[in-house]
Amino acid sequence: MEVKEYVVPKSVEKTYELLKENKANKLIAGGAWIKLSVKSVDKLVSLDNLELDYIKEGNSYIEIGAMTCLRKIEINKAIQSLGSGILSQSISHIMGINIRNIATIGGSIMGKYAFSDILVVLLVLDAKISFYKLGEISIYDFMEMKRIPEDILLNIRIDKQQKVGYFKKVCKTHLDFAMINIAITKNSVYKIAVGSRPSGSVLAINTANYLNSKETINEEVLNEAVTIALEEITVGSNFRASKDYREVLLGTYLKRGIREVSK
Amino acid sequence: MKIDLKINGQNKTFLVEPNEYLLEVLRRYDYQSVRRGCDNTSCGVCTVLLDGSPVPSCSVLAVRCENREITTVEGIEKEAEKLAKYFGELGADQCGYCNPSMALTVYALKKENKNATEEEIKNYLVGNLCRCTGYVAQNEAIKKYLGDES
Repeated sequence: MEVKEYVVPKSVEKTYELLKENKANKLIAGGAWIKLSVKSVDKLVSLDNLELDYIKEGNSYIEIGAMTCLRKIEINKAIQSLGSGILSQSISHIMGINIRNIATIGGSIMGKYAFSDILVVLLVLDAKISFYKLGEISIYDFMEMKRIPEDILLNIRIDKQQKVGYFKKVCKTHLDFAMINIAITKNSVYKIAVGSRPSGSVLAINTANYLNSKETINEEVLNEAVTIALEEITVGSNFRASKDYREVLLGTYLKRGIREVSK
Repeated sequence: MKIDLKINGQNKTFLVEPNEYLLEVLRRYDYQSVRRGCDNTSCGVCTVLLDGSPVPSCSVLAVRCENREITTVEGIEKEAEKLAKYFGELGADQCGYCNPSMALTVYALKKENKNATEEEIKNYLVGNLCRCTGYVAQNEAIKKYLGDES
């Protein structure tokens, strides 16, 4: 990676100015993947001095600064109790602790990585993300955007919901990316998201609507839910798994997850 | 550019390029216990402690370590010797290439959770690969080290 200059602005305003000044200027969050994704940079702009490394607990929400490293989030007590702790669980499956000590939640979101174990969970937790210029948007809207906004992600806000949650990452080894990942939450309604298909995380809206219309969950309902999920969620093949195998995984873990959150 | 940092308790100034990773800088300044492995965050042999937390030095830009504290295995000599004793007794060691990174990560684990269960030890060490041993004897040695209050 070529870097002409490294700068550490002290304000969000100045950071934004630098970002807009030149297309070849890039922001750096944790930097865990920058080596693999960026080839040449004029100014590498640090977010280290913007005080975005925090976890704040309000009465009805938890707010996470964008520069908070994944390990801090994983071991935070409030987050461990959120939606059966699925955000902590999903993070604990990401490579080793040494990587989780540098990778940040902001970098994990803004990379919009298709294999992300975090985005799939944030979707079912109805997370809101705040940008410097764009303001607050839902993670769902962010995932629907065709292009990642040229903006500064400031924080992630999650309501303290009394949801039951389920998360499953299917991978060959602990250090590998998922062949598929699934997150489900339920309080009064179901929310289901699937990622690493191998394309990015999406909500299974029709499947959730179908389950929400049912008073009881039995084998027949589960089978129908799987049929709907396979109709609305496209899975494909890559070197990690074939389309057929992913379909079997999706059906299997979708059923297990629904059973788990319906107990 | 110049960066000031504390390494193994000593204040130092290093000359670095903005695109240089900590691993390259440490090895250039003769901290040879910091090993180069995969160079892409997978193997963990380049692990050092950054403000007390294990990080892969192959993926941390040196410029980001300004005014921070770095510990290599030389900075935890006594603790590393204790762990090495248990590794030796239990035959948990073969080529030794991963030992400095393993010692630093286990040291960080002891600071964080000295009563770690076997499962917690395994989880903590997921990012530190050893190509020789198979981990069984290592885990036994680590358990003994965690319980060593001396």
